[in-house]
Amino acid sequence: MSALLAVEIPYWGQSLLRVLGGIVAVLLPAGTIVYVFLFKMMSFMQSRLGPMEAGPYGSLQLVAEVGKWLQKEDIAPERADRFIFRLAPIVVLASTFLLVAVVPFGPDAWFTNFETGIYYAMAVSSVSVLGIIMAGWASANKYSLLGGLRAAGQLIAYELPMVLAVIGVVIQAESMNLQRIVVAQNAGSIFGWDGLGNPYILTQFVGFLIFMIAVQAELTQAPFDMPIAESELVSGYMTEYSGFRFLMFFIGEFATAGVFALIASVLFLGGWGVPFAWFGWSGIDDVDNWMNIVGPLVMFSKMMLLAFLIMWVRFSYPRFREDQLQRFAWKVLIPVSIGNIVLTAVAKVVF
Amino acid sequence: MAKVPGLVKGLGVTFNTMVQTITKGANTVQYPHEKEAPPIRARGVIALREDNCTSCMLCARSCPDWCIYIEGHKELAPPRRAGGKPRQVNKLDRFDIDYALCMYCGICVEVCPFDALFWSPEYEYSEGRIADLLHDKTKLGEWMETVPEAPELEAGAEKKGKK
Repeated sequence: MSALLAVEIPYWGQSLLRVLGGIVAVLLPAGTIVYVFLFKMMSFMQSRLGPMEAGPYGSLQLVAEVGKWLQKEDIAPERADRFIFRLAPIVVLASTFLLVAVVPFGPDAWFTNFETGIYYAMAVSSVSVLGIIMAGWASANKYSLLGGLRAAGQLIAYELPMVLAVIGVVIQAESMNLQRIVVAQNAGSIFGWDGLGNPYILTQFVGFLIFMIAVQAELTQAPFDMPIAESELVSGYMTEYSGFRFLMFFIGEFATAGVFALIASVLFLGGWGVPFAWFGWSGIDDVDNWMNIVGPLVMFSKMMLLAFLIMWVRFSYPRFREDQLQRFAWKVLIPVSIGNIVLTAVAKVVF
Repeated sequence: MAKVPGLVKGLGVTFNTMVQTITKGANTVQYPHEKEAPPIRARGVIALREDNCTSCMLCARSCPDWCIYIEGHKELAPPRRAGGKPRQVNKLDRFDIDYALCMYCGICVEVCPFDALFWSPEYEYSEGRIADLLHDKTKLGEWMETVPEAPELEAGAEKKGKK
């Protein structure tokens, strides 16, 4: 951070910058995903135009929606456990902010950079399950409770293939540090040809597929949206929420989609980097300072690509049944991802 | 694995629709700015031709929502032929349809034996106050101007009504 600005800033200044940067890194992708994909792409896929009135091509629709939610009364059901009911959306949103803390956006543009970054990310992402169970239980509503239970079963089942899919990448990069995973991909070469670096989507394609499917389930996006199944459970654990607290769940949903797309782009698409051979760099120390500006843009475009995939699948497929969901996780994804780890490990030793 | 081609095909359908919408435009119209003409038999609003109404109450009694209110009284009209008895006719005092209740089933139009009720395709009569959706007989009469000519019967259709 300080290298980026080329001045010495005090610790509180750095912390403030990190907090601001974290808010931007969470809210900007969330807003963009909601407008570009949820409002516009979904409408186009259903042969309609979507919001057109608020701002040019409806670009201020999100501002209008947020304004509407902020005006609404904050209602808690009479029998609800007030404290936990009010805490739940904060827990869900907090897990998103904790998640973005380890994502590197450039050679020096990171919030924190510790050795077990991806391990931390996987651990923190499951905190949102707690928030969802809290919301489901504290609402004192049978729809909420069912939604919360479904979410718990689903998120725990899909945590496992996600972690196992990441292990393949970790074996190949020989590091759990996200920064080093990025460098390993961009400084790597495919059989001596380094024009593309070595993005792990090529060698870990199975891992990529499993990771994206698990992300889809973690985000409770269709076809894995049983926890909020609107035709069965009203809207699951969010049923009793209104106004600002509903907005927090809503932001949490799409911000987490953005952050998971960022993490997937770090793991499989080379993150902020461009192939280092283009500019004759060999390691992270050679990378020019301008990558701190270009890196976030590269990262953002890769994030949009992956978010497009997530949303495309979301708008195309109908919902799974609960038993199909569990069977898919335990009988297909987990065995395949374990096989992927075995193959990766063997290949790592052989080559 | 056997389901994979179908899954890919499904993604293709949504993607093609998106491309079509962007290149050729959407199937929908931007309502307040451009309007689609409703079909000629569209059930927009019910119009009343007051002259035909005999306040027989058939429509009010057949209405599933009880949304038609009719009041009338009997009057003596001059005899048809010279020297005859004065005729007794029903005079319509009130004919209201509450469109806040109406479910547009059209039974009243079907059941009217004197062709006093008609469907009009006009649909833009929303109100700020729900009470304003109660249309009285003047307003119902104004809707008559929007009633289109009855379309020609299909070839071979049985002609009902007066021979």
